[in-house]
Amino acid sequence: MFALPLLVASILNGLMTGAVYALIAVGLTLVYGVLHIINFAHGAILTAAMFAAFLAFRAGIDPYLAMVPLALLFFGLGYAMQRLVIGPASHGDDRNILLVTLGLAIVIENLLLAAFKSDTRTIEVPYGFATIDLGFTFVVVPLAIGFAVSCAAAALLWVLLARTDTGKAIRAVAKEKLGAALAGIDVAHIYAVTFGLGAACLAVAACLLLPTYYVNPRVGNAYVLVAFTIVVLGGMGSIAGAIAGGLFIGVVESLSGLFFGESLGQLGIFLIFILVLLVRPTGLFGARA
Amino acid sequence: MTRMEVKVSRRRLLEGGVAFGGALALPGHLKAQPGTVKVGILQPVTGAVAFEGTHGRIGAEAALKQINDAGGIKSLGGARLEMVFGDARSTPEGGTAEVERLAAEGVSAIVGGYASPICLAASQAAARYDLPYIVDVGVADQIVQRGLTNTFRFAPGFGIVSKQAIDNLVTLNDAAGKPAKTVVLVHEDGLFGAGLTKLMQAELPKRGFEILDTISHPTPARDMTNVVLQIRAKNPDLVIPSNYYVEFVLLERAMQQQKIRPKGVYCVLNGGASNYRFVKEFPDAAQYVMDCNHWHDPTNPAAQALRKAVEASGEVFTYNVSLNYSAVLLLADAIERAASPDRKAIIAALATSTFAGHIMPYGPTKFTNGQNEGAAPVNTQVQDGDIKVIFPSRYADAKPVFPVPA
Repeated sequence: MFALPLLVASILNGLMTGAVYALIAVGLTLVYGVLHIINFAHGAILTAAMFAAFLAFRAGIDPYLAMVPLALLFFGLGYAMQRLVIGPASHGDDRNILLVTLGLAIVIENLLLAAFKSDTRTIEVPYGFATIDLGFTFVVVPLAIGFAVSCAAAALLWVLLARTDTGKAIRAVAKEKLGAALAGIDVAHIYAVTFGLGAACLAVAACLLLPTYYVNPRVGNAYVLVAFTIVVLGGMGSIAGAIAGGLFIGVVESLSGLFFGESLGQLGIFLIFILVLLVRPTGLFGARA
Repeated sequence: MTRMEVKVSRRRLLEGGVAFGGALALPGHLKAQPGTVKVGILQPVTGAVAFEGTHGRIGAEAALKQINDAGGIKSLGGARLEMVFGDARSTPEGGTAEVERLAAEGVSAIVGGYASPICLAASQAAARYDLPYIVDVGVADQIVQRGLTNTFRFAPGFGIVSKQAIDNLVTLNDAAGKPAKTVVLVHEDGLFGAGLTKLMQAELPKRGFEILDTISHPTPARDMTNVVLQIRAKNPDLVIPSNYYVEFVLLERAMQQQKIRPKGVYCVLNGGASNYRFVKEFPDAAQYVMDCNHWHDPTNPAAQALRKAVEASGEVFTYNVSLNYSAVLLLADAIERAASPDRKAIIAALATSTFAGHIMPYGPTKFTNGQNEGAAPVNTQVQDGDIKVIFPSRYADAKPVFPVPA
């Protein structure tokens, strides 16, 4: 059995990594909820955002300072990508969108491979090793910031969806595309805004990850599978579900790593995943079909 | 519906691939002129181990250029070595497919592979064409235990490295007055990490070390904090990690964050501890980390010149560079002595090789059942932003710092 301090430290660590999972999953679930497609380019966009943050750091801008400008930039890129590439190329067929995003993922990853080569890069920031001493464990400052900012970003997104006109329009399109169009909502525009918001979430996540993580042209893949799991667990298209699911998966992964060994850390995730699918197929927060 | 579409697209992809492969192969035949010997360089330059593969390619290209600049293969009238490159895409299937293509393009030999699973599959595929295959790294010992006459491994395998690593650790600890008694093993759970750890678990207790815990983790791992929390709970004198670059960096970083300072970090065949990029990016975390690994002979002038040239081009001088550079020189020597681009003649020449013009601390080459008998790892230690050789003393350019000053 493990001592209590080790357990608590492990749970804290799980919450902090889980918050970033949640933010990545929020982007994915938002796009699913509105466009009803799985965005296969999600991991590749995350990788691109991490390289953008890396380049910003090289240019002397701290990742945390680069967060807002990069979020805006990636919102624009995401918007343009949906409006100019994915939308036109899909000809209104959902299955085509699936393949287009898959193709985009391959293109983005290989462009990054060509531009940055396969090296794994890390950055060293002055606060990279800063910790808060809790007596029984050290909380790593960049991870704590990651937790706080992820929660704030998710809350901001929720306010945007709940309180603004654009948010209302997004929810309307998600519920009933045709009805929304008849009410005068520009569906193509809303699709692109949603895609942009998903990309902006990734830009924020990238800036939070970079100070304690690394970047190479395949880095996004490590997060995508877990993000998919969170989206299904939380309920496809549910923002609250993605946040709760992300934190939950983070803790489960951390604890099952402790009890079953790190190699089988994923085991806990998928056991719970299967249980949820059996007991509640719509996910924790999913609407009944 | 979706599934059917995927099937169709895969078939189309295959058709495209075959047509593309044919298109590639054709000009290859047309280009073949007297006076060139084609050499297959197989490296994973995309996928999970692309970093290592890219550096293997750099080493191989440097050697080919050097040979051609010096007048090519003299016994063949100055024939030039022409590289035919294959990307193993970090998978055994990728490696095998490229061997088929390289064989069809008429290469006389293949050098490379890097990862053990790729080397195992690629050398076996090459055996069907009697195609000589020089393994550059691939440490799994099965590679040279299958009785394949075409397969030669220039570098040391698992068995040699782990024995040497344990011997050197005992020597190091004894010389310092036995400060280290307890150990935690951290390993990745693949063929490489798990295999190595099994050997350590059997051997270390016999040499007076107590293993407090063995922690395995997957590759890639997103977070190593949990591993580090467990290390801290055990408080060992020595941490012995066997993992790849990224996980090692995350481990070292988390150890520093959690303020864990064991008396030593002693790596075996570690991807990070012998990488200048790690040393440069995290000088504090890297300081005094030891590794038992492939490494060039730092006293060799050719090695120093190669390091300078590689670093001048903005690249990192890894052991992949020096091993592939050496392996291609070894092959060129065999072709020279065979005086023929014939595959069987080159295999015979490799089997009797005594080549000593490489930059590794191995001495003259001597293959027994495909394994270079002289091949051995060395111990390195990161000291003040550089990687120094501390063992064996014949090649050492620094003294070990152990236990690590508090």
